[in-house]
Amino acid sequence: MIKAILIFNNHGKPRLSKFYQPYSEDTQQQIIRETFHLVSKRDENVCNFLEGGLLIGGSDNKLIYRHYATLYFVFCVDSSESELGILDLIQWPEQHPKQVGSQQVFVETLDKCFENVCELDLIFHVDKVHNILAEMVMGGMVLETNMNEIVTQIDAQNKLEKSEAGLAGAPARAVSAVKNMNLPEIPRNINIGDISIKVPNLPSFK
Amino acid sequence: MVMPSLKLQDLIEEIRGAKTQAQEREVIQKECAHIRASFRDGDPLLRQRQLAKLLYVHMLGYPAHFGQMECLKLIASPRFSDKRVGYLGAMLLLDERQDAHLLITNSIKNDLSQGVQPVQALALCTLSTVGSAEMCRDLASEVEKLLLEPSSYVRKKAVLTAVHMIRKVPELSNIFLPPCAQLLRERHHGILLGTITLITELCERSPASLKHFRKVVPQLVQILRTLVTSGCSTEHSISGVSDPFLQVQILRLLRILGQNHEESSEAMNDLLAQVATNTDTSRNAGSAVLFETVLTIMDIRSAPGLRVLAVNILGRFLLNSDKNIRYVALTSLLRLVQSDHSAVQRHRPTVVECLQEPDYSLSRRALELSLALVNSSNVRAMTQELQSFLEACPPDLRADCASGILLAAERFAPTKRWHIDTILRVLTTAGTHVRDDAVANLTQLIGGAQELHAYSVRRLYSALAEDISQQPLVQVASWCIGEYGDLLLEGSCEETEPLQVEEEEVLALLERVLQSHLSLPATRGYALTALMKLSTRFHGDNNRIRQVVSIYGSCLDLELQQRAVEYNALFRKYDHMRAAILEKMPLAERSGPQAEEQAEEEGRGASPAPTEPKTSELLNLLDLLDDSSGGAQHPAPLCPSLGDAVGCLPAMPGAPPPLAPILDLRVFERQGLQLTLSFERPSGVPALLLITATATNSSGSDVTHFVCQAAVPKSFQLQLQAPSGDTLPAQGGLPITQLLRVLNPNKAPLRLKLRLTYNHFGQSVQEVFEVNNLPVETWQ
Repeated sequence: MIKAILIFNNHGKPRLSKFYQPYSEDTQQQIIRETFHLVSKRDENVCNFLEGGLLIGGSDNKLIYRHYATLYFVFCVDSSESELGILDLIQWPEQHPKQVGSQQVFVETLDKCFENVCELDLIFHVDKVHNILAEMVMGGMVLETNMNEIVTQIDAQNKLEKSEAGLAGAPARAVSAVKNMNLPEIPRNINIGDISIKVPNLPSFK
Repeated sequence: MVMPSLKLQDLIEEIRGAKTQAQEREVIQKECAHIRASFRDGDPLLRQRQLAKLLYVHMLGYPAHFGQMECLKLIASPRFSDKRVGYLGAMLLLDERQDAHLLITNSIKNDLSQGVQPVQALALCTLSTVGSAEMCRDLASEVEKLLLEPSSYVRKKAVLTAVHMIRKVPELSNIFLPPCAQLLRERHHGILLGTITLITELCERSPASLKHFRKVVPQLVQILRTLVTSGCSTEHSISGVSDPFLQVQILRLLRILGQNHEESSEAMNDLLAQVATNTDTSRNAGSAVLFETVLTIMDIRSAPGLRVLAVNILGRFLLNSDKNIRYVALTSLLRLVQSDHSAVQRHRPTVVECLQEPDYSLSRRALELSLALVNSSNVRAMTQELQSFLEACPPDLRADCASGILLAAERFAPTKRWHIDTILRVLTTAGTHVRDDAVANLTQLIGGAQELHAYSVRRLYSALAEDISQQPLVQVASWCIGEYGDLLLEGSCEETEPLQVEEEEVLALLERVLQSHLSLPATRGYALTALMKLSTRFHGDNNRIRQVVSIYGSCLDLELQQRAVEYNALFRKYDHMRAAILEKMPLAERSGPQAEEQAEEEGRGASPAPTEPKTSELLNLLDLLDDSSGGAQHPAPLCPSLGDAVGCLPAMPGAPPPLAPILDLRVFERQGLQLTLSFERPSGVPALLLITATATNSSGSDVTHFVCQAAVPKSFQLQLQAPSGDTLPAQGGLPITQLLRVLNPNKAPLRLKLRLTYNHFGQSVQEVFEVNNLPVETWQ
């Protein structure tokens, strides 16, 4: 089973921490620090597997990690999980154009839900990341690996939240309304007298 | 005025804006105060936002326990957005060690039975993460109902929740076993994945379930076959492999079901061969499936051809350029090395190459595997490789490597000389990392190899002369020089280069060791004793040694001081005994696994037998045992009998000798009436003494109403049993006997006060007297 999922940045600041076994708060923070310590010592071109630190259960457990730019994604698993399988769970999308069926799950799902996810998205929307994770891994076990399913469910839940939001949600609804607007051709440069407004090139919102 | 509360994003901005840790703490403390106030005021609309902020600061490591009750309130709220945050909070803040967690049971129950799908999903998710045993028991029936829901989304979550429940409360297996058959027929991959996990959990927990599920092996094979052959379900495929997660899970379950079971293994053989040959391993996903297949093939009763194929696949992976693949290959080979040793041996060269990896994870795995692959035929080559690895490896691995080499050397050493050489080399390279008993083992080994004494002492002397910092080496060298110093001076030894050593040089070296600040107190002790022994081995005068010894008579270290003083005394008053005391040591007895290995070696006559008298007796006994047990191939049964034999060499074998009987004691005599005490000490209970008081009458008149009473000192316990009678007929009639039980836990000297009352010759008599002269054996 998966014992913990940790995301932290290059300085060890936690961006997401989910534990699937009961640990006290102190222990949790210590585990994060210990894991960061172990993982940050690794070079760039070594394998993605490490023995677990003492706090997380010692050499029976493994740390499977991937390092993307400023973030470390670490899954701490015990011996009953397939190492390569978990690695697939974390994988970043391949650099070449998307083929049918080349989907890898966690990071790519994040990418889809946040539209080109970066660290800031994870920082400011921790709760959403938790929700996405909850669709993939539950109780320490892999629940669903079909990305489309996961994204569909997340969308449905978001809709449900929005519909409840009532008045307080008006700004959010306005934003989504604008997003869904089909804008005709926009003049790039509006010159009114001596005021020159440059209209930014907004990506389409479909 | 109440400040408008920050949104989560704003709080995060603020925290990120803080330049120092102290500033961050300040911001967070201020915000937490607001949150606490808000919780107290109980504004329901803002509660969700406050809790979200609290969870964020909790992730950063700040205390957030005051939010626990708020989680409960949010969970109980009808709004979905509240529930979402509330359940998340419950998962992060509550755990089963806090009492508060039981309070959410009711909310979960309601949500499970009446909520809409997303709400049910939230509840299941929380239950599977923080559900304690009590909660699981309460909610098992709800979850069972959800297993049959029409919605596949909820069902797949329910299945995994069931797995968690079984882990917490194994008795619930009974509830969750029946639905499995139906769930296996599902087409939805998520449900299938969960079901396979559930079945795996059930089978791992109870052999009965295992038997039950063997029936579904054909079904599983079918599912897997469909996955592998059809280029189906592009949604689930990763890098062209359809749903590798599901494939891996099925393979794992097949492994459990097929272990030790011919029939199931039979059913899987074809499919496994198919998967093994057809899976595309250019991508990670394919490799993951292939690895599971290999492990499954090796664990079940598969055809031999298939096994060879599997090990070869692993061998191929070892040569792969992707480090992850190589790591998993090494791990898998380590699992197989016990069961299929010869197959793995074929890949030994590749494994040894992996030792050179700069990647720490890989080299560690390679080390473990290399140590497991050492056997008697390759021990020389392997040890060579491992020694060179030891010289270059990172410090974490040094201790493991050193002890691994020593262990391998002990098990497979072809000759004693090679063994000594190997240990010596390890001690010089990584002396500080070896285990404590390495020194003892080496001295034992050298002591036992008489023909190698000269060789060993020379090698050790040269090593010591070069470097006195490695403590284990110094200790062994000092001991050896002390024991065999005379051989060192002899000058000629065919096996090493001629070494001309003067007495003075040897003494100087030992003195250096004594004085060096690198030496541990134990090492100094070795050196001092060695010096002392040399006083008899060397023929020069002993002034130098005497000087050193008397200096250390005032050393601050207690152990050294004591030794020095004793040795001093040996020089002065007891000089005539010195030679005898400082003779060569006899071979000490060894205990533990080394003992029977050593005995086995000697029994087989692999090396020339040592000549100390004790060990030759050992050998004789071994021969007897060998004949009776039919060979020395079985160290295990040999060991207990060996232990007995060794233990009994000096003493008689068998049960402790029976105690000599204690003499009877006549304590009273008057007019023909005699009272005699006889004693018995039963062997089982050392503190117990049984006294039988026998009264006899040799007079002409009967003795009637005979009563005997007894008293003992306070630390004893006395129990008087009923006498056999109270009349003593005249002229040596039937005596009266009475049993007294005395418990003497303190082993104090026994004193007895007796009081007799009876009628004799028409008079009533009363006598009180003490018995002090009880024999020593009664109370010792």
